[in-house]
This record gives sequence, structure tokens and C-alpha cells, in this order.
Amino acid sequence: MFNWPNFVSQVFNGLALGALLALISSGLTIIYGTLGVLNLAHGAMFMLGGYAGYAAFQYTGSFIIAVIAGSLFVMVVGVLMERIIIRHFYQRPHEDQLLVTFGIGICFVELVRLVFSSDSKLVPPPPLFQGITSLGFLFYPTYRLAVVGIVAIALGVLFVVLYRTRLGMIVRAGIEDSVMVDSLGINVYRVFMIVFGIGAMAAGFAGIINAPVVSLTPGVGDDILVETFVVVVIGGVGSFPGAILGGLIAGEIISITSIFDPGYAYVMLFAAMTLVLVVRPHGLLGVQGRE
Amino acid sequence: MPAYAEDHPAIGTYPAGSSGPSVFIGISVPRTGTYAVQGEDELKGYELAVEHINSGHELIKKISPKTKKGVLGKEVKYGVADSAAKPNEAVQAQQRFISENKAIVITGGTSSAVAVALNKLAQREKVLFVCGISGSNDTTGKDCVRYGFRQNFYGQTAAAAISPVLIKTFGKNKKAAYLTPDYTYGHTVTKSMQDQLAEAGWTTVTNQVSPLGAPDFSSYLLNVANSGADVLINVNWGHDAVLSIQQAKQFGVLDKMKLVVPYQVPFLARETGGLMQGVYAATDYWWSIEDKYPLAKMFNEAFEKKYNYKPEWGAANAYISFAHWARMVEEAGTFYPPDVIKTYEKEEVIPSLVGDVHYRKEDHQCVRPVIIVKGKEQKDMKGKEDYYDIVEIVPGAGLMQKPDAFGCNLGDYT
Repeated sequence: MFNWPNFVSQVFNGLALGALLALISSGLTIIYGTLGVLNLAHGAMFMLGGYAGYAAFQYTGSFIIAVIAGSLFVMVVGVLMERIIIRHFYQRPHEDQLLVTFGIGICFVELVRLVFSSDSKLVPPPPLFQGITSLGFLFYPTYRLAVVGIVAIALGVLFVVLYRTRLGMIVRAGIEDSVMVDSLGINVYRVFMIVFGIGAMAAGFAGIINAPVVSLTPGVGDDILVETFVVVVIGGVGSFPGAILGGLIAGEIISITSIFDPGYAYVMLFAAMTLVLVVRPHGLLGVQGRE
Repeated sequence: MPAYAEDHPAIGTYPAGSSGPSVFIGISVPRTGTYAVQGEDELKGYELAVEHINSGHELIKKISPKTKKGVLGKEVKYGVADSAAKPNEAVQAQQRFISENKAIVITGGTSSAVAVALNKLAQREKVLFVCGISGSNDTTGKDCVRYGFRQNFYGQTAAAAISPVLIKTFGKNKKAAYLTPDYTYGHTVTKSMQDQLAEAGWTTVTNQVSPLGAPDFSSYLLNVANSGADVLINVNWGHDAVLSIQQAKQFGVLDKMKLVVPYQVPFLARETGGLMQGVYAATDYWWSIEDKYPLAKMFNEAFEKKYNYKPEWGAANAYISFAHWARMVEEAGTFYPPDVIKTYEKEEVIPSLVGDVHYRKEDHQCVRPVIIVKGKEQKDMKGKEDYYDIVEIVPGAGLMQKPDAFGCNLGDYT
């Protein structure tokens, strides 16, 4: 169903969708890029952020408090998870890391199902961003427009923290040679814990920011996890700018393909990932050798 | 009269599954994933039916007069597995119930992909499959089997029942946009709706096909918003329906066009928070028909007493499917599957929660009415679960296709 108004609408929607995907993927890429752990519980942590925010919203009625609660709760969960389980897996094979994080994810999902049931939960957008905005060429939900701005700010903050601060420098040095950093008197594993917490917080933040766009169910993270991996693989595993680029590309592929045949939207997404893996195995902005 | 193993040759799990003091039923419903809410409701219907069968409840006796306690005097036991609405998981679980527990009947649904897969398993293993929720024409159409039976309504009957109401309400020559989940259920329901509405000059301006469990519907909804449609016919089910309707509201689509849900989703009205108000839907069962059907009233009361809410149609379908199966076994006087199947195929008119029904011998589809509902406005609701007005209860016989129209070939008894 091709016509120009629809094409422009879909290109714009691809951008907004891509921004959301970039935000969700950022936590995954932070943890993998710095610690080398592929966190399959990422989708579940994204979901936890949504539910923690939902619970806070129920009690306070404030979206801002919901966002803070969702982010902090998942950060605490992430830190505990790292201290109790993940730190034992840094030196173990990737398969073990995948299995343990996959298992943790299932536990999180089922715990939430136990507490909140499988029913959909609604978190309304803040009053300022409710309704629809006319952009001339299309009507677009105001909150989705706001999300683009929120994502830009959040990603900017994360970038600064990880790449322009002393903490970020230590983290990157720790990845290169943890023994050397250790011998300089810096506790590398404490830094790793902080990074895991930040990555988890990014997932939780994305979860609650995304909550007014989708309705929450315990499976909300499962559905998004696959897309997140595609984004990270396209952009380059462990590359922060790669997650943003990958997110935008994925958003555009889904939106533009759906103009012609929505049934092929996800097929094209996976086809694009395959193509990237063939041409640039480390992703568009990935660096060879980073593990 | 009790059944003896030597009466019949061994087939499937017969006689091993029914030679002890109890018989086993394998139940697979989605407890996770897109259809989890509906699966849990369905499971409650099965559990209540088993409880009623084992205790010889008054309601079961009205449907199956020969039932005393249990089925042919044997206690019914059951196992439950999570299918996640995925055919491979359902088949694995049921295969286990058949091999390890000698299940004499298997059941489960809320996805036609699962129903079709279990149809094939049932026919291969020669174990009866009493289908849970399944809306595809294929389940008792091209993928029908001798060992499978379906009680609930489906694409063809839903479309035939709701189309005249839509034409009367919205007029002729309308433009329709469809949201269709990309599997047998979605494709057949959409096709049936298109065929029925085409007779009144309705055209399809866009058909947005999406995968089961799509995380976002924005790109589909933009296509719908730009299509110039008068009516949005949403065939999505479970959480896909909830999400797509909520996002349709966010994108202003519901302000531009009328929403129709041709295959009603249990709990949709509650989960979408008022967005079903004024919306037409076709369904298998809605609790307020109890004014007209005494058995529905008995069922509602028993269900609400146990679970503290009004049953939706997933639970009703589960309950009555089991009750009918119990009746057929009692009438046959044996668990020997070919005899039970032949009892279904007698086309005897039997009681159900929606009046008298029968199973068609050519395709094992229950001939039963379809209920058209319309979402009530908030101010008209008399209680928190009073979501719908009953618009019409359309008798089933006139809604059905010819038995061979969808390519059904039942296969062998043995």
C-alpha cells in the first residue's frame, strides 16, 4: 500500500521505533561490551523495570517516581545478581554464561507472573505527553515523540559516564588487562559490579519508559529480547554507537517493509542481520577481537 | 455396564489407560506467552468439569444423564502442561501424557496451530482429542481428523453470524482494514470475513499481517490509518489483541474508524480499559445469556463460587467439551475410541450451555449458535463484569459451510 504520505509516516515511525530499540539494546551492549557477558536475562530485567515502575505508579500516581523506581529497582537487582551469581561466571565459558542468565530470566518472569498474574497492566503516559500530535504529514502519539527525546538524553548520559569519566576509563582498562589494573590498586571486580548495575539500570529505565507504549505482561521482555539481539548484532556487539545505529536501522527496516508487505517486516530484519554477519561479522561499528 | 478389555482389540491407550480404577486426561494450555490469560481461564473450565464429573454434580448429570461419579465409574485424573501456544511444546507434552500416563483423551487449545498439531497427534496415536479454543476453519476443515472434535465456533460461523449485523449497522459498500495474526487462525478468519462482507460490496483496503506476539503494532497501524478504511476488523487474539487495540487508540485510529472483533477474546474488555465500548464482537459464550439458558446459569454459579469471577468463553468451552465427552463415553458404554467416536457421529441432539447442539458426523464440528455482543458504555454497566449487551444469538445450522467445503477428510477409525 504505497503512497507518499504513508511512506513519510513510516520513515518517521522507523526513527521513533529505532530510538526505542536503541534504548532497550543499550543495557545489553554495555554489559557485553565491558564485561564480556551476554546477558540473556536482559529481556526479563527490561520487564522488571516496567513492573517496578507500574507498582510505584499505583502507589504514587507519579510517572517520574515510576521511572526512578523502575530504574533503581532493576539496578539493585542487577548488582545483587552480579555479586551472588554472575561474578562466578566471568572466567567460565560463554555457554555457561548464556545458560545461567537464561535461567535467571525465567525465574524473574515467573516470579512476576506469580505476583501480578498474566493480565496486561497499564501505565499511562504522563499528562504532559498524552494524546496525539499533528506533524502535518501525520498524526503521531505525543508520548512516542517524547520518547525520542528521552532516549537521546539517556543515551547521551550513558555515553558520557562510560566513555568520558574516570570510571569509564578504569572499566575499559580492566577489560584490556584486569591483572595490571588490579596491581595498580584498583578493585576491578567492584568496578565490574558497578557496570553491571548501570547496564541493568539501563534495562530497567527502558522497561518503564516503554511501558506506556506497550501494555505490560510478564512476557514483554521475551518478545523484545530477540529484536534487541538483532539490533546489537547489526550495530556491532559491545559497541555503544552501534546499538544506536542498529536500533535505527532495525526500526526503519520494520516500518518501511511493512508498507509493501507487513508479513515480511521481520523476515527482512533477519535477512539484514544475516547480510551484516556475512559482510561484517563484527557488526557495522563492532571491533574485531572484543570479547 | 462396565467395559472389559477383551471386548475390543487394543488401540492407542486402550485398554491400558482404562483398565485401572482411574483414567487420565492430558491437558495442554498456554500459561505463558501471548495467550496466557486465556489459557488460565480455559484450564479452570477443565478443572471444574473434572471436579463435577468425579463428584457426579447436578449440572453434569443434566448434560450426561448416565453419569454417576467419574466416567463409567472411573475417577478422572489429569495432568497439565504449558503449551505457550506453541505446537511443538503442546505435542511433546501430550506425547508424554500418552506414553507415560496412558492418557485416554487429550485436550487443550487457544491456538489453532496447536489444535491442528494435536489433531494429527491424536489421529496417529489413536487417542481422542477434544479441542480447546480454536478458531481456524482448518481444525474441522482441511486438517480435520477422525479422532478430533471441536465444540466452539470458528472463522466461518463467526463471519456468517456477525456480517449481517455489521452490514445492518454500518451499511453496504464499506472499506475494511484487517489486522491478521500470521497463522492458520488469522488467515482463515480474515478470509471468511472478507467473503461474507464482499456480498454486501465491502472491500478490503489493507490486510496487516503480523507475527504472533508482535512487540509493537505501530507500523501496521500507520498503514491502517493511511488506508482510508471505514471499519477496522481486528482478528488478533490474546495479548496481541489488547496491545493492537490500545496502540490503535494511541495512534488515533479508533477515532477515524469503527473497531470490530470478529472472534472475541476473553477478558479483552477488561484488559483494554473501556476501548471495547460500542464495539461489536462474535463470541461462543457470554455469561449474561443465563437468563435464557438454565444450564448456563448453573454453570456460571458453580464457576463463580469456585473462582470468584464470571466465566469467559474459554472456560465455558472447556467445561462443555469435557461434559460432552463424558456423555459420549457413558452412552457408548466403553472407552474403546472407535465406539466413542461413533457415538459422537450419531448426531444425537444433546444439551449444552447454549441450548441443544449436535456434532456433525462429516467433520466432527459441533453445530451450535454464535452470540453477537456489543460493548456496553460504562454508564450502562450493572456490575464490574457486565461488559457486553447480547445483540443476537444466531442459530448454528444456518452458519455452517457444507461439510466438504473446507476439504475435510476424517481418516480411519483404526
